[in-house]
Amino acid sequence: MKIVDDLPSGLSALDRPNSYIGRAVPRPNLGRLTQGRGQYVSDVTLPRMAHVAFVRSPYAHARIKAIETDAARQQEGVIAVVTGPELAKVITPWVGVLTHLKGIKSAPQHAIAVERACWQGEAVCAVVAKTRAEAEDACERVVVDYEELTPVTDPETALDPATPVIHASLGDNLTFERKHEAGAVDQAFAEADEVVQATFGFGRHTGVTNEPRAIVADWNAGEQRLTVYQGTQAPHMMQNLFAKHLGLEEHQVRVLTKDVGGSFGIKVHTYADEMAAVALSKLLKRPVKFVADRLESFVTDIHARDHRVHAKIGVKRDGTITAFEIDDLTGIGPYSVYPRTSGIEANQVVNLVGGPYRCPNYRARARVVFQNKNVMCQYRAVGHPIATSVTENLVEMAAARIGMDPVEIRRRNLISDDGYPCAAPSGIRFEKLSHHAALDKIVKMMGYETLRAEQAALRQQGIFRGLGFASFIEVTNPSAAFYGVGGARISAQDGATVRLDATGAIFCASGVTEQGQGAEAVIAQCVASAFGVPLDKVRVITGDTDNVPYGGGTWASRAAGIGGEAAWQAGKALRQNVLAVAASILQADAAALDIRNGIVVDADSGRERLGLDEVARIAYFRPDTLPPGFQAELMATRHYVPRAWPFAFTNGVQASYLEVDTDTGFVTLLKHWCVEDCGTVINPQLVDEQVRGGVVQGIGAALLEHCVYDERGQLLNGNMADYLVPMAGEMPDIEVGHVVSPTADSELGAKGAGEAGTAGAPGCVVNAVNDALRPLGAKTILEIPVTPDRILAALGKI
Amino acid sequence: MTERFHDIALTVNGEPVRERVDARKSLVDFLRDDLGLTGSHVGCEHGVCGACTVRLDGVIIRGCLTLAVQCDGARVDTIEGVSDTGEIADLQAAFQTRNALQCGFCTPGMLLTAQMLLARGGVPSREEIREHLSGNYCRCTGYHAIVDAVEAVARARAEGRP
Repeated sequence: MKIVDDLPSGLSALDRPNSYIGRAVPRPNLGRLTQGRGQYVSDVTLPRMAHVAFVRSPYAHARIKAIETDAARQQEGVIAVVTGPELAKVITPWVGVLTHLKGIKSAPQHAIAVERACWQGEAVCAVVAKTRAEAEDACERVVVDYEELTPVTDPETALDPATPVIHASLGDNLTFERKHEAGAVDQAFAEADEVVQATFGFGRHTGVTNEPRAIVADWNAGEQRLTVYQGTQAPHMMQNLFAKHLGLEEHQVRVLTKDVGGSFGIKVHTYADEMAAVALSKLLKRPVKFVADRLESFVTDIHARDHRVHAKIGVKRDGTITAFEIDDLTGIGPYSVYPRTSGIEANQVVNLVGGPYRCPNYRARARVVFQNKNVMCQYRAVGHPIATSVTENLVEMAAARIGMDPVEIRRRNLISDDGYPCAAPSGIRFEKLSHHAALDKIVKMMGYETLRAEQAALRQQGIFRGLGFASFIEVTNPSAAFYGVGGARISAQDGATVRLDATGAIFCASGVTEQGQGAEAVIAQCVASAFGVPLDKVRVITGDTDNVPYGGGTWASRAAGIGGEAAWQAGKALRQNVLAVAASILQADAAALDIRNGIVVDADSGRERLGLDEVARIAYFRPDTLPPGFQAELMATRHYVPRAWPFAFTNGVQASYLEVDTDTGFVTLLKHWCVEDCGTVINPQLVDEQVRGGVVQGIGAALLEHCVYDERGQLLNGNMADYLVPMAGEMPDIEVGHVVSPTADSELGAKGAGEAGTAGAPGCVVNAVNDALRPLGAKTILEIPVTPDRILAALGKI
Repeated sequence: MTERFHDIALTVNGEPVRERVDARKSLVDFLRDDLGLTGSHVGCEHGVCGACTVRLDGVIIRGCLTLAVQCDGARVDTIEGVSDTGEIADLQAAFQTRNALQCGFCTPGMLLTAQMLLARGGVPSREEIREHLSGNYCRCTGYHAIVDAVEAVARARAEGRP
């Protein structure tokens, strides 16, 4: 078995005895998950719990003329049948806008549609029954009289005067527009020896979390409290939103998040049907459970991407890139998703294009338009795969145009590793990146020259293999600049509370959440190392707004870099507190003591002085023996938020080696590589697995995944048989390497790693496909997913 | 067979079970809702994702494509059962050591599926492991770590290591 080296990384700032920083320790929660003893929200049952199912609009756009519910109410097991106007008396609508996205607009969205359904799948009526099956049975008996309206389904014509406006009150179908210009763009293109222009297409796809969205809401009228079990990435954000829209105080709402069956950004948004389930619990004064079935997931889980980008690059014959220009158009759903908005992805595209390179000349426009399709919002690596694909496909096309090796053109243009800090022409700022070191490393790891020779030899035999690269940058550790400055009550800071228990073990409550990334393990490693106990003495608690420090949760690769730093600082603070107790017991100087491996020792010699169990025993049960006036404080809380940099940008490079069957158009992935720089690596195995999982999600986007809509706004492949996801048989082995450039913004120096794989994989796979097909004179493919028919079309065979 | 409800008797994880079930109820819903065996998961409900994989008379099947009423007289083993007997303890340990799971939702089905392959004996190639697991969807890991863990257990078992 290839176990990642379980060795300290030798990072001096964290060089405590018995440090777990940099070690591949297993996650503490895996035992229960491998035994089927986890507790996902879909497993939760409560006394008197009812189940809700929804009648959903079969039309992309329709007026709801009447809803006949009598027959449904007579069905066996039915508790209530509730329409949009009825539920609107319990829960107020919301509007997904933020002030820092200048000009963004959206319309009020209701928990259940009122008057109009604006996408196929929007809930128009709720049926609550004793079982889910009975609720679904009764849904069949709800008769909705619809008047079909003209749907808006083509982003290209969404702004034409002849196109109906989805929300008349907004005046047009434009959600958000951003323009940006830096340097002397026209002059730079004029000075280029070659200008490569291209149009890119990025298909809509979705998260397909293995556990669908799930929620159990329990309004206790006696306590006047709402308890919500929810598979969410951001419990405190949801606490705020439930309170706000149900007219409650935040302290009346508790959000509990236990095991979550995958998230990837899908479970960090406000979903109308989940808000409806919560409102129904309040209305009916009993627990209400909603678990999306797979068909509902496809038409209601946020979709992502769906961008069309016209782009060009200017290049000189010596390889110097002179300018980038993009015009991005993305068609979201009928509403900007609350509370993070659906403008962030396009905004990120503008921020990130050209980001790895020195080129100062950049012009960008991004437009976000409403569509009568399912809503779109932030999904893993928001905007990154689009920006990276556009940039990296242009760079390799430019290299091909001037006859330069794709590695060489990058070497001539990537920002120098000693050129930091610096800013990109889009305005984003970099503290310290390592593009050249990463590129050098991946070229070595993959044996680039050997593969090129093999590729050339095989071409002689009619076997067409391709090599592609993608250098990328990645947004992690967001400060308040991401959401807070725009008015969203989404915490940028995070906290950790650590407590010495009565036997010398440590409890840590953290504001970040765990959906499989390994956040609990990373928090435990930070606490154990900073405080000085064996890892198995640390128990981490997350996902309970009543009991953990206020925090943002886990998204945008913030759990390790922000939550981990808070835990590290809390562990250090508790160590000082405990040493003060030990010093008073031992009549020693606290500064001369340390805690190592769960024992108070002399810092200089390491001589063992006192067990933590004894410190705890005295402090808790015999404080009368401590000096007068001395109070032991065996709990410490610390918070952390990045302040020096709005985001901790990371970087990396990926490479793909694949073979294209030119008769069938099928692509066989042979090998994939990624070198990533996420700063201090707290747990190398978890970082590698984040990268691998992310790469495969990116490969899914590149080759398989696509939410196919027809012109009437009907999703044609909304199930797991027709919507293709990566399965084990088609995926390659993925080799991961690291460069380490810690951020100086925190003591740990850790940045995020969760977006890297998804950010870079589509661009490098597409580059590899085009590299394979280039000698055949095929048209360059710039539309993903790269399906067999698109390959055969590029070859002129169909 | 026009009755909607049926009495069934079966053995689940070695324990005798007698229940009256709705004819339309799937095996996985029966295990989860009626017996509280929530280790088997519901991912797609149309036989694609493999999260509901359980063993019926020793053979892995999709719990969402099998009706509970079909299991009258049968022996059903779930992740809870094979965990308690220790049958796959080495495989579970390898998944933990190798971090071959992230969210863990696919894991019970993945483990039961892998155990079918491992029970054949020998050391399958990585391609054979990938092919065998290709009916079990994992969104988190990208599969590489799962293949590593299964391969490691196959080698250990072949060499008679614990």
